[in-house]
Amino acid sequence: MKLVEYEAKDVLKRYGIPVPQGIVVTSVEEAYKAACKLKPPFAVKAQVPVSGRGKAGGILFAYSPDEVKVIAEKLLGMHIKGLPVKSLLIEEKLSIKKELYFGITVSRVDQTYIMIASQEGGVDIEEIAERSPEKVMTLRLDPWLGLQPYHARLAARFMRYSGDALLSLENIFQSIYRAGMDYDAELIEVNPLAETIDGNFVALDARIVVDDNALFRHKELQEKYFELLSPHEREAAKHDLAYVDLDGDLGIICNGAGLTMATIDVVHLFGGRPANFLDVGGGASPERIAAAVKMLLLNPKVKVILINILGGITRCDEVAKGILDALRSTGIKKPLAVRLVGTNEEQGRRMLSELGISVVDSMEDAVRQAVGMVRGDGRDGDYR
Amino acid sequence: MGIIVNRDVSVIVQGITGRQGQFHTKLMLEYGTKIVAGVTPGKGGTEVHGVPVYDTVAEAIHEHKVDASIIFVPAPFAASAALEALENGVKIVVIITEHIPVKDTIKVISYAKRIGAMIIGPNTPGIITPGECKIGIMPHHIYEPGNVGMISRSGTLSYEIAASLTRSGIGQSTCIGIGGDPVVGMSFVDVLRLFREDPRTDAIVIIGEVGGNLEEVAAEYIIKENYSKPLVAFIAGRYVPPEKRMGHAGAIVMGRTGSAESKINALKKAGVEIAQKPSDIAVLLKRLIRR
Repeated sequence: MKLVEYEAKDVLKRYGIPVPQGIVVTSVEEAYKAACKLKPPFAVKAQVPVSGRGKAGGILFAYSPDEVKVIAEKLLGMHIKGLPVKSLLIEEKLSIKKELYFGITVSRVDQTYIMIASQEGGVDIEEIAERSPEKVMTLRLDPWLGLQPYHARLAARFMRYSGDALLSLENIFQSIYRAGMDYDAELIEVNPLAETIDGNFVALDARIVVDDNALFRHKELQEKYFELLSPHEREAAKHDLAYVDLDGDLGIICNGAGLTMATIDVVHLFGGRPANFLDVGGGASPERIAAAVKMLLLNPKVKVILINILGGITRCDEVAKGILDALRSTGIKKPLAVRLVGTNEEQGRRMLSELGISVVDSMEDAVRQAVGMVRGDGRDGDYR
Repeated sequence: MGIIVNRDVSVIVQGITGRQGQFHTKLMLEYGTKIVAGVTPGKGGTEVHGVPVYDTVAEAIHEHKVDASIIFVPAPFAASAALEALENGVKIVVIITEHIPVKDTIKVISYAKRIGAMIIGPNTPGIITPGECKIGIMPHHIYEPGNVGMISRSGTLSYEIAASLTRSGIGQSTCIGIGGDPVVGMSFVDVLRLFREDPRTDAIVIIGEVGGNLEEVAAEYIIKENYSKPLVAFIAGRYVPPEKRMGHAGAIVMGRTGSAESKINALKKAGVEIAQKPSDIAVLLKRLIRR
């Protein structure tokens, strides 16, 4: 779960990390009022959880409350990388001497957290690392030791600070690490971390990505998480289904993430366009299957539904029951291509064939059939 | 033989009294896996399918010789269960549980490395040496003993491919699911290293997917070590959108990292044959093994 800037900064504040004076607003009126309470010049920042906001025109500067008003009008309601801007952060713009970067993230290859520090900030860390690798240091952290003060000092020294500046950076880095761990962050980064002309360090922008699997430890975030999902994703989450919208017309239901992705790939290879990713998981109950089928029956974008269930432990009769329940309860008919292999296979097939739904053995046959059904010319899909 | 597990390995089941634990204990016993004990706090003194249940791993270890543990404990408590096994000297820990917070997994793996133990998973179907032993939840009737090793990040997709190999008359030495989470214990490289030394494995199938760069690292290893056994790979997720988690916690393309294209290119460069669709794997293997 990606926190937006002001949420991430609220976290930093709680850990004593300095951030600019700022106010979150959701209307032009509020934006004007906020600016009147702050000292100019101002930064007006769209609150959407995407990187590259600045380049996309989501961060603008103003010198008076009237100007803030004009900018707020422009930004509110704008879309940045597909996301609507619903709130703005109005901040006092500081005079900056230098921009740095500091972050903690999960490294899959190192199987642990790493600390990343850069002598340059303000742009994507990947970009800096590629262009000027000598400006970036990374350090593997032992999760049982955490970020020790001497680790933090290594980063501060790498950024070429000494004396009081070194000690205050040490403090800030440790606080960032603590915040990251407390919030189960996969990523916590302050970019840029600015040195102001009066020698203070301030977090100008921050990103926190919380591990979705750890949300049970953060009840306050769990509610927000559901609000952020699309209507389809929310419906799926209610039934414990993994769902992602895609832009085609062929609905897909599978069990297992890898098999679902592979099915999407094979649909493409045979000339079809998947409408979604929908994984019902292992040992899916008839209720879960019914919920999945119902979702796709009710989605007007979906013309044909392809069901690919490879049941090791999934019972095919239960899968068939789920499919039939969904058809009955919605009263909607769409062409179905079904592949069903597993326990009680015969029974499952019989239940479906009574309704004229044929079942095939192989994933590729089902895909070929489904692609042909979308095309509607009686021919199966072709391998390209 | 195969790698890591064979018919002599003694196993405990942590979370044996839960629905999943009971069900799969039965299936593993039927397959011939030597399950010597189960652990569920509060259920000590009972039995599951004739297997004695203990409250703690320490008690199970005291009464039995234990080589491996399989964990069915719910996500909030799974990491602690793994640590309990590790601290009691269990050297192979298979974590079936999905949705464990990555912070917890990192601690478990770090500890396991320090004491020289092996973690398989989390979020894995487990490991099977066909005809001998399975520590996992895979439908075992689709496997046949043979000379092809398999490493996969996903469950059902590996069943799909194993079944298609078996249908084509290609048996398997050992099939291992390394897990669908972002951080997992055994990596592709770790398993490739073991397969290289296994006299029964003549070729290896790699089943990767979008997210992270373990496949790219495997490709570098194959080049650097001049890997001697033939390899075939399938990478799932060539047509999935970026920045979206595709079911597995680990299956997400972030910026420039983790795309199927990058993995396929890296593996190709390392001389690995790439299958376009799952059913192509058997065809490619036949060609390679005959050669």
